[in-house]
Amino acid sequence: MTPRKYLTLAIVILCAACGDVSLARGMKAFGAVTLANLPTLYTALLSPWTILGILLLMGFFASYLSALSWADLTYVLPATSLSYILMVLLAKFFLHEYVSIWRWLGVALIVTGVGFVAGGPEATPGAHRHNRIETVYGPVGALGEVADTGDEA
Amino acid sequence: MSHFAVWSGIAAVVVASTVGDVLQSRAMKEIGDLSLVRHSHGTWAVIRTVITNARFMIGLAFMALGFFSLLITLSWGDVSIVGPASASLTFLANALVAHIYLKENVDRRRWMAVLCVAGGVALLAR
Repeated sequence: MTPRKYLTLAIVILCAACGDVSLARGMKAFGAVTLANLPTLYTALLSPWTILGILLLMGFFASYLSALSWADLTYVLPATSLSYILMVLLAKFFLHEYVSIWRWLGVALIVTGVGFVAGGPEATPGAHRHNRIETVYGPVGALGEVADTGDEA
Repeated sequence: MSHFAVWSGIAAVVVASTVGDVLQSRAMKEIGDLSLVRHSHGTWAVIRTVITNARFMIGLAFMALGFFSLLITLSWGDVSIVGPASASLTFLANALVAHIYLKENVDRRRWMAVLCVAGGVALLAR
């Protein structure tokens, strides 16, 4: 794992949690949206909090796909579940929601789960395109050579 | 709504979300490290490569299907059952399908991680 990969995972976690909280804040300000008051939804979509939430969730999706391009799904999902914990902390201290003992127990279980994958390898050897090239031809040199290679294996 | 309808809805959410996640993971594995593609061909090439990948687009459609199934199921049953059950069962289904279809090396350490996170998510949504 390189610092760039840790940074990508951190961006996934931050964008997921902050995006959801921003959306929640934006939508709560407008109350429940039903078919009867559908125009409210358009107003809610133009609120700064909702726009920020959508932008952050777009950042989440881009960094999540980037993480999937070099790591296994069974590594990325537990590793980025730290976003749930950040969401609980933001809900408590930013949205002032009540957090029950069961939720804190959930946080503890997630931390334990992340601990299990944290020390292990992020990818199954040969599962991703670039490390299939490495498996066949040895360590990859110049960055351009990798992407230019056609059907490698 | 009956228990059967609610649990059928939860099953639909789990299946659609898992198929979506797994297809997207498979697509990104085929494309390879995005930063390498970006360094050699630029950001637009990354976007074009991703959105023209059939598996990625089908995966996206299944994720949307999972999202709308969740909305419908939430209108049938209690959020305290539908939320935790669908989130944690999706975690478990993802690990199982990643092992079988994506051939990921899901060792004991990763199973423990998945079980802990699935349990934790279920508790958070209580």
